[in-house]
Amino acid sequence: MIRGILANGFLWLEARLDTLFGARWNPLYQLGALGFFYYWIVAVSGIYLYIFFDTGTTVAYESVEYLTHEQWYLGGVQRSFHRYASDGLVLMMAVHVVREYAYGRLKGPRWFTWVTGVPIAGLVIASGITGYWLVWDQLAQYIAIVTAEWFDWLGIFGDPIVRNFLTPESLDDRFFTLLIFIHIAVPLLALLALWIHLQRITRPAINPNRGLAVGTFVMLVALSLIKPAVSHAPADLVAVPTHLQLDWYYLAAYPLMEILSYGAVWAIVLTVTLVLLVLPWLPPRWKPRPAVVHLESCNGCGRCADDCPYEAILMRPRSDELPFEQEARVNPSLCISCGICAGACPPATPFRRKSDLVPGIELPDLTVATLRDQLEAACAGIELKPRILVFGCDHGAPRQALEGSGAAVINQPCIAALPPSFIDYALSRNLADGVLITGCREGTCEFRFGNEWTTQRIEGQRDPYLRKRVPRERIRTLWASAREGARLCEEIRAFRDDLQALERPEPGGGGRVPDSEERKAAKAESHV
Amino acid sequence: MSKLSSKPLPKPLAYLGQAVVYGAVAVLLGYFSTSPAYERFPADKAQLVLSFTHIGERTTPCRKLTREEIAELAANMRRSEVCERERVPLYVELSLDGEDLYSASLAPTGLSRDGAAQVHERFTLAPGQHHLRLAMRDSARETGFDYESELAIELRPGQNFVVDFRPEFGGFRFGRQEGS
Repeated sequence: MIRGILANGFLWLEARLDTLFGARWNPLYQLGALGFFYYWIVAVSGIYLYIFFDTGTTVAYESVEYLTHEQWYLGGVQRSFHRYASDGLVLMMAVHVVREYAYGRLKGPRWFTWVTGVPIAGLVIASGITGYWLVWDQLAQYIAIVTAEWFDWLGIFGDPIVRNFLTPESLDDRFFTLLIFIHIAVPLLALLALWIHLQRITRPAINPNRGLAVGTFVMLVALSLIKPAVSHAPADLVAVPTHLQLDWYYLAAYPLMEILSYGAVWAIVLTVTLVLLVLPWLPPRWKPRPAVVHLESCNGCGRCADDCPYEAILMRPRSDELPFEQEARVNPSLCISCGICAGACPPATPFRRKSDLVPGIELPDLTVATLRDQLEAACAGIELKPRILVFGCDHGAPRQALEGSGAAVINQPCIAALPPSFIDYALSRNLADGVLITGCREGTCEFRFGNEWTTQRIEGQRDPYLRKRVPRERIRTLWASAREGARLCEEIRAFRDDLQALERPEPGGGGRVPDSEERKAAKAESHV
Repeated sequence: MSKLSSKPLPKPLAYLGQAVVYGAVAVLLGYFSTSPAYERFPADKAQLVLSFTHIGERTTPCRKLTREEIAELAANMRRSEVCERERVPLYVELSLDGEDLYSASLAPTGLSRDGAAQVHERFTLAPGQHHLRLAMRDSARETGFDYESELAIELRPGQNFVVDFRPEFGGFRFGRQEGS
C-alpha cells in the first residue's frame, strides 16, 4: 500500500515535471546521474579546499576561515559548493532509493544493484560527518563528542574515544591528519562502491543531460552566493556548544542520539540497514522465469545481447554444429524477464509457419508463438471499425482503461519485447486497421530502454527494423504512465478518427498494406 | 508514425517553471543545511563531565611461589609470583553542595574482568559557586575510600568542567577554572 501511494506520487510528479523539463531533462529520470554530478562537484571543490586546509587544532579553523572570508570569491564559493553539492548528493540518493522502491525495482536479479547501493548511503554520510569534523568549530566539537560517545557505547574500545576530546590538551594536531585521510579515503570507497553498484547495468547513465547539469550548476552557484557556507565559533573544549545549526542531511541522527539513547540509534541504524538489505527477498516473490535460447534458431547475430538492459546475455563461441561463430547465452541470475531480447531476435517473426515459430531467444512464459496466437484471437474479436490493435506493456497505461473501447489489447512485460514484424503482420494480414503501441512514460521505462529501442526499431534506426512497406500513418505510439488510462482512451478515440479519415480513398493516399491474397486478386484482375 | 505524448508548454513558461523547480531545490538545500537550529544545551547552564578510566586492584593479591613450585615450571615460564587476572569494580561517588550527584559501582571491562573500569557522565548544573566532593574505592576494602578530593568551583554559563582521574598525579584532576 505504501509502495502504491509512493508510486502514484512519483507518477504524478514526473508528469508535472515532464511538462516543464520534457522527458530528456526531467530530473526525476536522472537521479542517479545527478548524484554522480554532485559527487564530482564535491570532489573538485574538495581538492581546492584541501590545498589551503591546514591540519591542526587551531590552524584548521583558521585556514577554513581564510578560505571563507579572505578568499570568498573562490575559496568561499568552493566551500559552499562543497557543502551544498554534498547535501544535494544525499537528497538525490534518498529520492533515488525511494523511487526505486516505489516502482518495485529491487526484486529478482535487481537485488544486486539494490543491495550494493545500501553501503553507499553509509559511506556518503560518513564522508559528510568527517568533513564537518575537519572545520573544528563548535559544530565539529559537538559532532566529535557525540560520535565518539556513540561508538564508545559499543564498549569495544579499551580507552573511550571521547576522552580524546575532554580538554584542549588531550587533542593532538595529528588527529586532524588522520581525520583528513579518512575524509578522503571514505569518499573514494564510496566511488568504488558506486562502480560495483553499476556492474549489472548496461549503459548506466552516470552523466546527467547537459541542460540539467547546467541548470544544477547555476543553482549551486546562486545558492553559494546568496547563502555562503560559514563556520560556527571555533571549537573550545572548555565550553559546551549550545546553539547549533545542524546540516540535517548528514546530522539528523545526532539529536536523536541525545533524545533517545546511543543504543536506540544503533538499533535504528542496524534495523534500517538490515531491512534495506533483505527488502528484495520480502514478499511478494519474484516469479518470472528467465529468457531461454533455442540454439537451433539462434544465428549468433548478437542483437539480443546489444539490447539487453542488464547484461544478462553474452555471446559465446558456438557449442553446436551450426555454421555460425557465436551463440547467445543467458545468465539466469541477471535476466529480469523483460523479453526485450525476444523483441530483438530476427527469427521472432509471425510470418513464419507455426511449426517453425521458434525464435533464437524468448521468454518461456510468453513465447513468440503464443504472442501470435494472442494477436490473432484478439483481432478476431474486434467488432468496432476501424479495428485498432493495442500493443501495451505491463507497466504503462493500464489495459483496463480500454475496456469497452472496442480495441484489442495485447500486453507484454515490456513494449520492446514486441518484435516489429508483429506490427507488419497485423496490418498486412488485415487483422487490424491501425496499431497503437503504448509503453511507459518517456524516460521512465521499467526496463530502461523499452521506449527507446521500440521507437528506433519502428523508425528504422535499430535492428530489427519495421519494414518500410508498413504504412506509418497506421501506427501510433503513446508513452503514458499507469496513471494515464484516460489519456490512452482519448488517444484511441483520436486514432480511430484518423483511421476513419484514411479509409476514405485519397489519390495517392496511404492505405493499408495489401496482404498476399489481395495482391493475388489484384494481379488476376490486371491479367483479365 | 505519429507520436503521441503530453503537450509541452511554451518555452518561456517552461523555463520559468524550471527556474521555480531549481529555486525550490535550492531552498530545500539551503534551508536544511543549517535549519532548524538545534538548541543542544541551555545557554544559561554549565556542564560537569566526570570521565576517567582506571584499573582496580586485583580481587586476589598476587602470591609468591615457593621454590618447589618454581622448579616445577618449565624453564622459560618460571616466575616468582602468580596473580589472578580479575580486578575489583571501582566504586565512585560524586556529590555537589552536599547532595549526591552520582554514585556507581563500575565493573572492570574485558571477558576476564581484567580491564580498566570506565565512566563518562555529563551533568547539567546551574552556574555559580559549588562545592564538589569526589571519592573512589579501587581496592577490595568494603568501606571507606582510597581516593578523596574536595574542591570549591565557580562555573560560568556554558562552561564545560571536566573531572578526570590520574593516579600518576595523585588522584582526581579538575578541569580548567575561570582565570586559571
